[in-house]
Formats: sequence, structure tokens, C-alpha cells
Amino acid sequence: MNKILWAVLIGMGLLAPFVVYPVFMMKLLCFGLFAAAFNLLLGYTGLLSFGHAAFFGGASYVTGYLVKSVGLTPELGVLGGTLSAALLGYAVGSLAIRRQGIYFAMVTLALAQIVYFVALKAPFTGGEDGLQGIPRGDLFGLIDLGRVYTVGGSPLGLNLYYFIFFMFCLGFWIIYRTIHSPFGHVLKAIRENETRAVSLGYQVERFKLMAFVISATLAGMAGAMKSLVFQLASLTDVSWHASGEVVLMTLLGGVGTVLGPLVGAFTVVTLQSELSSVGSWITVIIGAIFVVCVLLFRRGVVGELSRLLKRPL
Amino acid sequence: MADYILETRKLSKEFKGFAAVSDVNLQVERGHIHALIGPNGAGKTTVFNLLTKFLTPTAGTILFNGKDITGEKPAQIALKGVIRSFQISAVFPNLTPLENVRLALQRSTGNSHQFWKSDRCLQKLEGRALELLDQVGLSGLAGEVTGELAYGRKRALEIATTLALEPELILLDEPTQGMGAEDVDRITSLVKRVSANRTILMVEHNLKVVSTLADRITVLQRGSILAEGPYAEVSRNPQVLEAYMGSEHV
Repeated sequence: MNKILWAVLIGMGLLAPFVVYPVFMMKLLCFGLFAAAFNLLLGYTGLLSFGHAAFFGGASYVTGYLVKSVGLTPELGVLGGTLSAALLGYAVGSLAIRRQGIYFAMVTLALAQIVYFVALKAPFTGGEDGLQGIPRGDLFGLIDLGRVYTVGGSPLGLNLYYFIFFMFCLGFWIIYRTIHSPFGHVLKAIRENETRAVSLGYQVERFKLMAFVISATLAGMAGAMKSLVFQLASLTDVSWHASGEVVLMTLLGGVGTVLGPLVGAFTVVTLQSELSSVGSWITVIIGAIFVVCVLLFRRGVVGELSRLLKRPL
Repeated sequence: MADYILETRKLSKEFKGFAAVSDVNLQVERGHIHALIGPNGAGKTTVFNLLTKFLTPTAGTILFNGKDITGEKPAQIALKGVIRSFQISAVFPNLTPLENVRLALQRSTGNSHQFWKSDRCLQKLEGRALELLDQVGLSGLAGEVTGELAYGRKRALEIATTLALEPELILLDEPTQGMGAEDVDRITSLVKRVSANRTILMVEHNLKVVSTLADRITVLQRGSILAEGPYAEVSRNPQVLEAYMGSEHV
């Protein structure tokens, strides 16, 4: 049953660019991976980070810089961005896990604001303008990611799409594997009852730090992908709005579920683009939807569905 | 000389000038069920937290098997074989009882940091987990949601989880607190059963439980030891009667 579900989802992902505008689809994938990485921390370890934009946006700057100014190929750019998020995650995580609950959230927020400030002021980030015109380049120096194919009269950037889709699948698989690993079971124990986990002999700080670094790394990977898709690294992606948005996506879709963050991210991004004509009212509308969701189905869309079907999704 | 598994020397803990525990010299003999009793606020739970390093002592030393463990962290104490329970039942509520016990068994496999490995490798622990659940009478509930179990069952599950770690010394913090008579009997006989080849140190309010189970009793009052000895002896001690049981109880 599960295998069929996954096969259908992958099939949909492969066919999506022929149905949906590819850049929009890639945006969904980037935010979907971002939310899934965030959910590893909130949903499976019980840690609320309010600074995940630092990893998402930070990695998009690093990737943009590596590809545009250093001239690396896109896969090395994404790798560099992802690794930078891992290092940053290690630094932020080491400090933040010393505190719990709201204090943990505040430490992550404060450190993320430092990253925002660096992105605003550093000489290589383009300040208010961000990094623009990041080239997509040639994958491994061979495959032109900017190439556009004409299918049925409409131009499609399929090379880039399948590269992004592959990266998304890789990232999502790592998250899935982590959740369903011996390590993931200990994370759930920490989420459920931290002192009991300690009294069973688990050194919870180590587990929390590892979870934090994995989550930050994959959030960074999503940001790195996004900078190739939009050829842009901007302040929006490192600001605390982005940190808040990923919390919203995860809660909306279903915290602590495998597919929830994807559903949440897809919903929020779709709403933002569908409702973009109404201007600034969009924040109010999404806010209202969020309130309704929290009041009516606290477990999120997928969370409620999973409860009805009595199986984890 | 007796073989002490756990010893404290002049163990003290002050909270901002208030001495919660002062100069406690506790000796727990291997193989015994040792009960720590005393009126509310006598410092019993504080002693427990000191022993498992959830609190750091202000002064004094703790010896486990003759080795000083005063400077260790809670998880290290657990790794050495001292496993505690808590006053409020300590279970993982959204997991099944089977998963609860399996988490305890998983620790010794050394694969707990492997996030790249499938959890299928945990299946081989399930047989042992079911055995342990069976020991505490929970094998029929292995797949339920733990949070929805009755209170007495959660405490039984906690004991099964503790046993999974093969502890040398079990610390039970009020195992029968808040239970109905039926559950109290069930837990009492369970503790008796699992005490074979193990040492148990327990905090307990219920004197009936203490009198049936404990080989030795230490009475704490205002953070200090008031009396120590077998139940029959301690229960006749006039100071204890006065301080703890109230003089009208005889």
C-alpha cells in the first residue's frame, strides 16, 4: 500500500512540469523540502526553531555566491550551500540546545537575526538587492540547466526541473529514513518525555544536536535549490518572516507526519500565488485560514487524515 | 562487613540557604529492598534526584559499587546501571507499550545514532520486549497507545521499561502513589517479584507496602536521617512514631 502511494507521488512529480508551470512546481518542491526538514525538528524531536530561515536563506546566498562569483558548477554550488548550512546548524544548534522550550526558540531567532544582518551588510551579498542573475550553469559541466524544450508549443525548462526534483527526492528520502531509523525512535522518545529518555541512559543533547544539524542541512539544501530556480538570493529568504512561514506550513499540513509539511507548503505557496492579485490582504486571508485550521483540526490536514485512517502518513 | 551497592557520605543539598538534605549517610546493601520514608518535605525525592544527578549535591559524595559517581551526569549514571522511576509516571505517551520497552532495549545495541539505517533492525528486540511486558502483565496491551492506559498499568509499564535495562540498582519514587487498592497490591507483588537478584531503593508513603516489601528502612525528617533498621525495629522507635506516624498510631 505504501509502495503504491510513493510510486504515485513520484509519478506525479515526474509528470508535473507538463501540467503545472515548472518554476511554480519547483518553488513548491523547495518549500516542501524546507518544511519537511523543519518538521524533523518540531514534529519528531519536539524542538521549535524560530530561526530556520537562516539555514534556508543563508545557503541560498552561499550557493549564489559560489555559482555566480566563484564560477562553480551548479551541483558544487548546491553542495557548498548545503554544507554551509550544516556548519551554521552546528554552531546555532550547539548554543540553542542548552535551553528548552520558548528559550530555545528565542535563541534560534536571535542567532537567525544575526545571519539576516550579515546578509544585509556583508560586501558579497548585494545588500537590499540580494544576489541577482545567478547563472544556472551546466550540471557537472555537461548538462545545460538553462536549456528550454518546446513541448506542445510551450517552453519547458526540463533539465532544471528534473535536477531539482531529484534533489528534492534525495532530501526527502534522507528525512524519511531519519524518521524511520533507530535514531529517529530515540528522537521521538525525547519529544515524548525528555527526562525519561535521560533516565534510560540517552545523552539527549547529542541526539538533539544531530537532529538540529540534519534539519539545518536539509533546510539549506532547499534554499540552495531555490537560488538556482529563481536565479536570486534575497533578504526575504533569511528574514524572520520565512522562519514563521515554515512553522505555519508545518502546522497547517500536520506536525509530526511525514507528508504533512509537503501538503502545508504546497497549500501556503499555492494560496500566495493564487491570491497575489488581492495584494496585502493575502496575509490576512492566510492568517484567517490558519486560525480556522488550528481551531478545527489541530493535528493539521494530514494529521487528521491519518487519525481517520488510523495509520501514520 | 556488609556489601554496599550504594553509599552516600555526608550528602547535602541546599536551596538558597534552605537545607533540603543535610549530612545524609545512606547505605544500601546489595540484594535488599531498601525503603526511604518520612513525612512530606523530608527530602526523599531530593535524595533521589541527587543520587541520579538530576540535582547536583552541595556537599558530600555518592559511591556506587565503591566508586565515586558524584561528578557524573544523569545519562552516565543510567549507563552504569542505576535506573530510576519518577513520581509522575514516566512513559512515552504517544508510543505503544512495546515501543516504550523497545526504546530501553535499543540503548545497548549501540545503533541509536544511526539515522541512515532502517528501523527494521529493531524488530529483533521485539521478542524480548514482549517477554518483559508479559512479566508485568501487559502483553495483551502491547500495541495500544500508552497514554490511554490506566494509571496502574502505566506504572507497570515503567517497571518493565526499567527492567529492560538490566539495572543493578532500581530507584523507585513512590511506585504506588495515587493508586487504588487493587493496583497497589498488583505493583507490590510485581516489585517483590522483580527484586530477585536486584537491589531496589524506594521512596514510599504507603506503610503497608513498606512493611511487606522492605528489608531495611531509613526514616528521613527535615533532610536528616532520623532512624534506620528493619521495619519491626523502626516502627517501634518512639522518635519515629512521634515524627512520622503521629503518636496516636501504634
